[in-house]
Amino acid sequence: MADLTTNTAGIVSPNPFWLASAPPTNTGDQVARAFDAGWGGAVWKTLGQPIVNVWSRYASMDINGVKMMGLNNIELITDRSLDVNFKEIYEVKKHYPNNAVIVSLMVGSREEFHELVKRSEDAGADGLELNFGCPHGMSERGLGAAVGQVPEYVQQMTEWVKEVSNIPVLVKLTPNVTDIRYPARAAQAGGADGIALINTINSLMSVNLDTFAPNPNVDGLSSHGGYCGPAVKPIALNMLSQITSDPQTAQIPISGIGGVSNWQDAAEFILLGAHSVQVCTAVMHYGFRIVEDMIDGLSNYLDEKAMTLDQLRGQSVERIKNWQELDLNYVINASIDQEKCIGCGICYIACEDGAHQAIFANPMDNGRTHVEINEAACVGCNLCSLVCPVEDCITMVEIPNEFDACSWDDYTTRNGKLAPRAEHEWRPIVGPPKSDI
Amino acid sequence: MSENNPSSIDDNFSDYKPLFTNASALVEANRCLFCYDAPCTIACPTDIDVPKFIKKISSGNLRGSAKTILDANILGASCARICPTEELCEGACVLNDLHETPIKIGSLQRYATESVVIENTSKLLFQKAPSNGKKIALVGSGPASLGCAADLAKMGYECVCFDKNEKAGGLNTYAIADYKLSYETALKELEWIDQLGIEIKTNTTVGKDVSMETLLTDYDAVFLGIGLGGVGPIGIPGEELDGVMDCLDFIRDLKTHPKEDLSLKGKSVAVLGGGNTAIDAVTQACRLEADNVYLVYRRTRSKMGAYEHEQELALKDGGVFVLEKQPVEIKGEGKVSELICAKTKSENGKLIITDELSSLKVDLVLRATGQAKHTSFLESVGIELTKWNTPVVDGNQRTSHEKIWSGGDCVSGGQEVVNAVAEGKLAAKSIHSTLSGGQ
Repeated sequence: MADLTTNTAGIVSPNPFWLASAPPTNTGDQVARAFDAGWGGAVWKTLGQPIVNVWSRYASMDINGVKMMGLNNIELITDRSLDVNFKEIYEVKKHYPNNAVIVSLMVGSREEFHELVKRSEDAGADGLELNFGCPHGMSERGLGAAVGQVPEYVQQMTEWVKEVSNIPVLVKLTPNVTDIRYPARAAQAGGADGIALINTINSLMSVNLDTFAPNPNVDGLSSHGGYCGPAVKPIALNMLSQITSDPQTAQIPISGIGGVSNWQDAAEFILLGAHSVQVCTAVMHYGFRIVEDMIDGLSNYLDEKAMTLDQLRGQSVERIKNWQELDLNYVINASIDQEKCIGCGICYIACEDGAHQAIFANPMDNGRTHVEINEAACVGCNLCSLVCPVEDCITMVEIPNEFDACSWDDYTTRNGKLAPRAEHEWRPIVGPPKSDI
Repeated sequence: MSENNPSSIDDNFSDYKPLFTNASALVEANRCLFCYDAPCTIACPTDIDVPKFIKKISSGNLRGSAKTILDANILGASCARICPTEELCEGACVLNDLHETPIKIGSLQRYATESVVIENTSKLLFQKAPSNGKKIALVGSGPASLGCAADLAKMGYECVCFDKNEKAGGLNTYAIADYKLSYETALKELEWIDQLGIEIKTNTTVGKDVSMETLLTDYDAVFLGIGLGGVGPIGIPGEELDGVMDCLDFIRDLKTHPKEDLSLKGKSVAVLGGGNTAIDAVTQACRLEADNVYLVYRRTRSKMGAYEHEQELALKDGGVFVLEKQPVEIKGEGKVSELICAKTKSENGKLIITDELSSLKVDLVLRATGQAKHTSFLESVGIELTKWNTPVVDGNQRTSHEKIWSGGDCVSGGQEVVNAVAEGKLAAKSIHSTLSGGQ
């Protein structure tokens, strides 16, 4: 079994799977049970000045009957006293010396930070995470995302913490910005030992069509909330890769967050440079037990690849390029395996209406639809292979050509030559104008 | 059945495919691939756009879903229950090729139509169009006539059905296995159809209470959807005994009477025949808790006309297939006590009846050996008939008489309800095209 021990900015955990600062880490009892289940670390539910929560707090986006593809919340930071929280952190750390306990903080002044840093260290915390991310509730009080959206504030507050802290400090960033690299650079400039991202995305989940009340429903009203869950993973991966491929921040350790539900998601974050990953929604859905397969799956994957976690980390970073660096002469076409095709016609209508009209369709005697690729029109966009319900029925096949690689930069600087491309010539619209009918 | 459901006979007749819950319907609807030019739709005789109605279930547009179904098939709620979907839409589902269970289209169709048609809770889905001044008479008010009348009513025709029975609906009301479609459900569906303003004169026999000539004079067109007659004697000694009956009468009785009154506990039943009606008689005799139910058929199982899945149901219910036996005599004193059969064998495809006899102790013998045609009525109408005494029709269900169309079992010799509806629809289209000056 592969060694999954992870060091994230000096915070060592037996595996890279941490619970994110959220409802699952609200109490010492929960964190203890999570560690028993196998979680490597836990970022405690954010501590700060006492708050009071509303009753209705979460809302879900279900897609085609699949529950909780996205989750949003209007819950605030801990509503338990600092004394109780620190007492429980101390007890947990005492019982689980090998697991990482990271204390999440959200306060507004230098003095408050200094006090909470000291109390966290006294309780035995392995690290701190500064919550500059929550987009709801706290942001309206000048905290959370209100800090994370202003690089200067990020840097300043990080400096306040670093002035006194003796344990590693991670800065948790909000995705609710136009360019994540600026707050990341600011965190680094402030002395952060590492970065955690993404926090939740600002969202309004849904509206009840019977009552017209938005969700989550607080007596007929609602408020914008933080969006997370499987649906946000691509956004998180992009922001992670922006930081790991930015020369200024490429070396900073990262704890990746955003839609991680299983070991495969985690492996993708690690390939893009994350040291550890944090999980919330999947645990809120299925409980702590999911970590068993995360550990087992990642370990089996590493064994099969004959790689260590450190060797895997960042392998895909260099493969993220600017668009204009991509090869315009890499030609692929869809290829349909007629033996496997079940004749559902979905690729045809997707291509015909939704893409580039490169599939021929003919009804067959058995009621099925016979489909064939029109190679002259196929632009290799992948859509047909994405919608095909049959595994490996439509594959994208490289069509070799004699042209050298040619990027947009090569092309526009006349240093490259384009291979011939599928063209969609002018086709007249037939029939009388519809307004006349 | 009796071991499984000791509580009451009524339980034995509860829905054999229960209504989906909202959650299960959503899961099933979302399994649908939403095929383009879908094979399930092509397989449906009434051309219900299956992916369209299923997509509407998953979007929560149940009213739109029901309308999609019922626009294509006015008896969509019945057909959802009784169609042999295994042979039609579900049999055509592409998921079969992925070695997955096909989409449960019948159950989804039932889910979509239940609240609109059976619970009749929704606002009106259809309306009778303003009258175009033309009148159509329909003989019979079974699936073919209703399929025809529904489409015509939507186009503004005054439709009047004449039905000899006490209740409308024909075979759909009186002859469907009750655990698939109950008498009460069929009547509720008819109540719902009432919104189309189709007039149904029940207890009215054409040829007796009203003449065919009158219909041809008073109406612009006539549709014959008269179905088939009873199952007549097979011509063996003892058929006059008490306890020998047409299985359609048996089914009709059990549908229209309290089932407890018809308990077959302690009795043995022989059903003669190998078609789907024979199966319906077997399964329902089992559900009436008969001690022994035999299906007596003169050939092997593979030659039976009944669908494979129906045969399985009969066996599951406890029916016993007595194969390669030809009934030769029914014995009893005043009432049936014994059925004598001769062993048969097949030589070069020809059925040979041997003189090897065997006996079954039975109290009831049900004939399911094929329904008679209404030959004398059809002859009196004066339209051209085939050698099987069914009306000759063209590709649009029009008979040799320019004002008469026909469809359903009286033309096909006995098919599914959905086929009858489809033929009625086809006739409606042709009638409209003819009367609006098309041909």
